[in-house]
Amino acid sequence: MIRHLILLINLIWATAATADTLRMAVTTSFHNSGLADVLLPAIQKDTGLDVHLLVVGTGQALRLGRAGDVDAVLVHARSAEDTFVSEGYGTHRREIMYNDFVLIGPQNDPAQIATQNTVTGAMTALAATRAPFVSRGDDSGTHKKEIALWVDAGLDPDAFGPWYRSVGAGMGASLNTAAGLNAYILSDRASWLNFANKSGLALLFSGDPTLFNQYAFLPVNSARHPHVRTEAVQRLEQWLTGPKAKSLINGFSIDGQNLFVFNAQNP
Amino acid sequence: MTEIWDGVRAAFWLVVQLDADLIDITLRSLHVSLTALVIACVIALPAGTWLAVRRFRFRRAAIATLNAFMGLPPVVVGLIVYLLLSRNGPFGVLGLLFTPTAMIIAQVIIITPLIMSITHQAMRELWAEYHDLLISLNTTRTQRIRTLLWDGRRALLTAALAGFGRAIGEVGAIIIVGGNIDQVTRVLTTAIALETSKGDFALALGLGFVLIGLSLMVNYLTHSLSQTERSGRW
Amino acid sequence: MVDNLLPLRVDDLVVSRRGKRLLGPVSHTFAPQGLTLVIGPNGAGKTTFLKALHGIERISGGTLTWNTPPEDARQRQSYVFQSPTMLRRSVRDNLAYPLWVAGVDKALIRTRCDRWGARINLSDAMDRPAPLLSGGERQKLAIARALISDPDVLFLDEPCANLDGQATADIERMLTETQATGTRVIMTSHNLGQIRRLATDFLFVLSGHIHEVGPAAQLHTPATPELAAFLQGDLL
Repeated sequence: MIRHLILLINLIWATAATADTLRMAVTTSFHNSGLADVLLPAIQKDTGLDVHLLVVGTGQALRLGRAGDVDAVLVHARSAEDTFVSEGYGTHRREIMYNDFVLIGPQNDPAQIATQNTVTGAMTALAATRAPFVSRGDDSGTHKKEIALWVDAGLDPDAFGPWYRSVGAGMGASLNTAAGLNAYILSDRASWLNFANKSGLALLFSGDPTLFNQYAFLPVNSARHPHVRTEAVQRLEQWLTGPKAKSLINGFSIDGQNLFVFNAQNP
Repeated sequence: MTEIWDGVRAAFWLVVQLDADLIDITLRSLHVSLTALVIACVIALPAGTWLAVRRFRFRRAAIATLNAFMGLPPVVVGLIVYLLLSRNGPFGVLGLLFTPTAMIIAQVIIITPLIMSITHQAMRELWAEYHDLLISLNTTRTQRIRTLLWDGRRALLTAALAGFGRAIGEVGAIIIVGGNIDQVTRVLTTAIALETSKGDFALALGLGFVLIGLSLMVNYLTHSLSQTERSGRW
Repeated sequence: MVDNLLPLRVDDLVVSRRGKRLLGPVSHTFAPQGLTLVIGPNGAGKTTFLKALHGIERISGGTLTWNTPPEDARQRQSYVFQSPTMLRRSVRDNLAYPLWVAGVDKALIRTRCDRWGARINLSDAMDRPAPLLSGGERQKLAIARALISDPDVLFLDEPCANLDGQATADIERMLTETQATGTRVIMTSHNLGQIRRLATDFLFVLSGHIHEVGPAAQLHTPATPELAAFLQGDLL
């Protein structure tokens, strides 16, 4: 019994201090796509790095970076990223890849958004019909994108009535809510394809270039947080922008659909 | 209904195939919660007994506070531990956030008041029964506490079990301070939360059944231990 | 040889609780030898008196003077409560408990427990949980537990209340033997037969005061009408 206890305590205290680990905050949409499950083993194999993923919304991911609780962040919210770098929390912003957002909704599509040509048209139709709409409401990249889409259509989400439900949850949980309410929702394509509980929902609108979703890698600034593992982060960045990452990212597909387009620029 | 059946089947297969991830997650759950339990017991059992034996000025206030702490919302505990352990926080230099140690700290904070309160109640009864005898026998305070701890061991086992049950089933605090990192801080409850968010109810339920099975097993084990213990029944 | 614990001198002892006087002032000197019975009707203050002598009842006035310093005196006396507390342990561990408290060597504890277990006919039940014993067995165990540390003074509060004849006889024999080996016994009882069988001297307590004191023979010729009435079984 005592021996087991000691063993147990050893196991627990041993995990914290492995040398080549680093922590990266990533968005739920990235993680739910399943791409991480492909990339992480390859990273481990090629660079020896053990990347610990903290799966959170973009807002919290950047906050973790600010606090120095992670070594790098991989997110998709351009203006917040720029602020993060300009305030000195991140050393720089490196674009890695993009995927796209899609509008999901009830199969019978009461707002008829599937017939719209532009996303602005689709959003206007949604607001006009007042069909139930689920918003992430968690300050994530997807949430920020959704707000931007309403604003582009000349609408103010704060003024919406009860048909607009802000749930304050991750992508998966929000999709669950939308399925339960038979509501419209903005999702990234990967999360949607991987989502198992589709119920009566269907992909209704996609393809407008406005819906492209750029992911960027931001190393946390070691000038502010000296404990950050800069060297490991550099190795990771090199790998993420290299040829191996390119082929894995471009080759990743669900149900025959490619999800991500690698677009890192190498000088 | 089909989801529940799928869950049962998924759970069955996960257990039968000794799924590596499942074993790993289960072991981690046990590591975290049992370690938290041991630490909490070392603090709470003597402290709860002391509170039952000792008369002091703020005793009533201390007990009221204790009972209030028993109902601490885990999410709030998680948030506070998070803020304390964050690199910006007072204990940031330790680099404990998002490690199993952080989860243990949070669980210790959550279950110590619970164990202490149950201990205090059981020990207060026992102390009322033993008081005159132990005073008459000139026992020292340490001897009194040792006697009560030993003779009240069955009640203490119950207290510890309650603590374990709360720890192993807790998700709010540990998902905040642990971060639910795969292979590092993912335990049964946070894995269930994750699978649910992915809409994969079958796997989530499967993990849930494993969790329930685990609590049942620990309960039966403790029960049979206390049964076979020499002169175990009064 | 250590000093004798007795005589014990009691001067103007008073016990009050919440402004109500439960006992005293009482004064008495307990001689070094004998088996003193503290007798009197219910509520007269017998138990309070006994507990005050033992030092587990806070006294509000007066003094208790043993022949040795108080800390020493405290170590050399035992008390058996009216409804004896059984520790939730085996018979053996109950017997061993006072010795463990006193820090006695383990091997010695074992032999003494065996000896006392045999004396109270519980040798076969040493590993049984004490709380499961019968009332008589529990009382005998409590007395054995009180005697195992070889006290100089043994206090007993109604040791035979609610016991059947056989158990009462066993206990009375134990007490006679105990007194014969030189242990001072001070006990309460309101069983008139027992009082006459055991006492070498008596204290008659009435309404918190010592009303009459004397040797056992005086129980046949009470000096006060109240004691006479009590011994006849009248209600006081």
